[in-house]
Amino acid sequence: MATTASVALKGRKTPGVLPGFGLTLGYTMVYLSLLVLIPLSAVFIRSLSGGWGHFWEVVTAPRVLASLRLSFGASLIAALINVLFGLIVSWVLVRYTFPFKRFIDAMVDLPFALPTAVAGIALTALYAPNGWLGAWLKPLGINVAFTPVGIVVALTFIGLPFVVRTLQPVLEELDKEVEQAAASLGASPLQAFCRVIFPALWPALLTGFALAFARAIGEYGSVIFIAGNMPMKSEIAPLLIVSKLEQYDYAGATAIAVVMLVLSFALMFGINALQNWASSRHGER
Amino acid sequence: MASALLLYAFGCGGTAPAATVKLLNVSYDPTREFYEEYNRAFAAYWKTKSGDTVIINQSHGGSGKQARSVIDGLEADVVTLALAYDIDALSKQGGLIPPDWQKRLPNNSTPYTSTIVFLVRKGNPKNIRDWGDLVRPGVQVITSSPKTSGGARWNYLAAWAWALKQPGGSDATAEAFVKKLYHNVPVLDSGARGATVTFVERGIGDVLLAWENEAYLALKELGPNKFDIVAPSISILAEPPVSVVDQNVDEHGTRKVAEEYLKYLYSPQGQQIAAKHFYRPRDASVAAGYSGQFQSIPLLLTVDEVFGGWTKAQATHFADHGTFDRIYGR
Amino acid sequence: MGRLLLIVTALLFLAVFLLLPLLAVFAQALAKGFGAYYLAISAPMAWAAVRLTLLVAAIAVPLNLVFGVAAAWAIAKFNFRGKSALITLIDLPFAVSPVIAGMIFILVFGTHGWFGGYLRAHHIRVVFAVPGIVLATIFVTFPFIARELIPVMQTQGKDDEETALSLGATGWQTFWRVTLPNIRWGLLYGVLLCNARAMGEFGAVSVVSGHIRGVTNTMPLHVEILYNEYNYTAAFAVASLLALLALLTLAGKSILEWRQPELRHAARVPRDRTRRANT
Repeated sequence: MATTASVALKGRKTPGVLPGFGLTLGYTMVYLSLLVLIPLSAVFIRSLSGGWGHFWEVVTAPRVLASLRLSFGASLIAALINVLFGLIVSWVLVRYTFPFKRFIDAMVDLPFALPTAVAGIALTALYAPNGWLGAWLKPLGINVAFTPVGIVVALTFIGLPFVVRTLQPVLEELDKEVEQAAASLGASPLQAFCRVIFPALWPALLTGFALAFARAIGEYGSVIFIAGNMPMKSEIAPLLIVSKLEQYDYAGATAIAVVMLVLSFALMFGINALQNWASSRHGER
Repeated sequence: MASALLLYAFGCGGTAPAATVKLLNVSYDPTREFYEEYNRAFAAYWKTKSGDTVIINQSHGGSGKQARSVIDGLEADVVTLALAYDIDALSKQGGLIPPDWQKRLPNNSTPYTSTIVFLVRKGNPKNIRDWGDLVRPGVQVITSSPKTSGGARWNYLAAWAWALKQPGGSDATAEAFVKKLYHNVPVLDSGARGATVTFVERGIGDVLLAWENEAYLALKELGPNKFDIVAPSISILAEPPVSVVDQNVDEHGTRKVAEEYLKYLYSPQGQQIAAKHFYRPRDASVAAGYSGQFQSIPLLLTVDEVFGGWTKAQATHFADHGTFDRIYGR
Repeated sequence: MGRLLLIVTALLFLAVFLLLPLLAVFAQALAKGFGAYYLAISAPMAWAAVRLTLLVAAIAVPLNLVFGVAAAWAIAKFNFRGKSALITLIDLPFAVSPVIAGMIFILVFGTHGWFGGYLRAHHIRVVFAVPGIVLATIFVTFPFIARELIPVMQTQGKDDEETALSLGATGWQTFWRVTLPNIRWGLLYGVLLCNARAMGEFGAVSVVSGHIRGVTNTMPLHVEILYNEYNYTAAFAVASLLALLALLTLAGKSILEWRQPELRHAARVPRDRTRRANT
């Protein structure tokens, strides 16, 4: 009885027979505007309060550029690391069985659930010259804490779940038969991977990469303890924003914020477009 | 007789019932431990004197950051910050305090002073004796960023002042010296306390440029056998001032208590607590009692005499395009 | 052989990046024994921070819950122009750095902000007080519940609701008795994630808080304060409470995913699953 009704209704393009459209959409728009859109606009408006000239001057100052390069650069590296290891981890979690697998699988989401400040002090404790890992790395000449390397480590932690969780469903749905067919036709595991598996994976890989990248760019809490905060060297962009705020330089702080927001939004739209494109590809199979 | 006593007992508390007053003291980073003790003492004193209970809430952070917060709406009744410039900002940018605030309390509204010293590892393995040693290759110096930390600005100016006083010293040589110094700094924290944490707990660096009271506190809290304090030949007389925030106390109706709160800092009891927490008290007799505690520094210069006052110093050194920005190649 | 290498690499990576930091928290927290640990978490300031954290979450999560349900209803059950734009807008807070999230509320409600004069004149405190913290927290956790519910409701389609309506139920009855039971696991899932983030938010709250001890310090801020007072054991002790919360969240998440496996991948695959669902 449900099917006839739904078949009849599926062809309709109008909002539909269900009630509540006006109420829910209205509430959604109001809540969204009041809590997100209008406050966000304050940043853009304030950044231009000194005029375009001042905005441009602030944003192209060497210290600002260095911090943006660092934030984006370290996020990029961290996201790439997560792509590589995320691929391995999701592969291992989907394809193999081993003791405690379910527990480890659940733990992959830890960076999602753990407060950033806790991650920050924990990572700093680990990698400082007298920390568990830091003490071990120091004789090797590797300094992690208070260097850009430490920032990359913190951002890797933050982005870890994104690649793994994006890849897992795709890997799970991968038709094993195609792989087996390739193997039976004489392809080596590497060939099978490159020509059969990877093409199916890379949209999800790209999405996961983009998500990890986007997450890492604005990260503050977990990085602030382990970063060196040296201007021009290890000072991340969010810290520079806070610095400028503390010097009553609102125009400067908001200008940097606008640059970060524009780049992050562009990234986000890109991710959504990617996802839509990937879903349309997937749907055609 | 008994009823008379009872009447007396009930009437003793004054004609009005005891009130509870709340004060917010917005302070800079290293004063945490000091105000914890001072607030208890003042609460007890005020209870005996007026019968009212006073609850003092504290907020701590980098001096510049705290000033900004107050300007943006953090309703401090009193501010006890690291340098006069930050309190001046409350007047100039916030309109919260009259411009002549500093004259309202003795000694330029500075109940105690401090200075900048070096905290080194036990035994001073790198043999750091004076400012000149800080620019030796291989020496790692820990300090915080002058852009956000009041203590860091005192550090910077002290270094500059020393360079100026050297034979042949000029602004050019001073800038070169400070530039070399900052090139020996591997980590720049945003607050004085952060820098201390980096040096002491994380084991980074050979020498920490610190508020004198911070250095002694670190020594006391974290191991007298781990660090030594080295007093340089020249340092700066740091005068962290205090003030009532007029607009807020008038709104809250807490002016009287707030003013008393600050006045108590100058009392013998207040000065004792300050000295206990390694601040140099203004009160000569209290200072005499603690004279063995502090190392003597041959020459203590003030910001006024070397730099022409804080406004000028801030504009020359710490504002955008100032010497600090030049040093970092901005 | 290749298999073993892959497994070992994966486990080693996870051990170094996930397990060690977690262990470090508890190791440092218990470095001075259980006595010191208990003292740290029962200190009055720590309790004030816990209470504030719980209060903020108790306000932010339900508000975002109502929003999430409303938005998911509008998006999943209807077609309208600008739908995908709306979905992208809802996602915006994800792309905003926490520091910026805090700053925008200072720009709006601070003394020199848009409403500063008005608030000041009426003695209303928003920033540097609890309302500001709540606002910032709502902002950062804004999309969580909506994001989980939209794909769930999209997958379920409109059939059940339409059936109920055709049988004479009112809109509200349909919602309470048909929709809600269907989405309850997704709802719980979203609430769980939203709550974890709400309690753990640091950057945004740090900017708007004012750091008034015992009054406007949430647990993450309190951790930072203790850390800056050389009190590492206490800092890690409070941090361990947050870590325990994280572990509980993970456990809850696993249970819910076991119950409704679609949840696992709900938010992470392309949003427009209606095509798949209707084929």
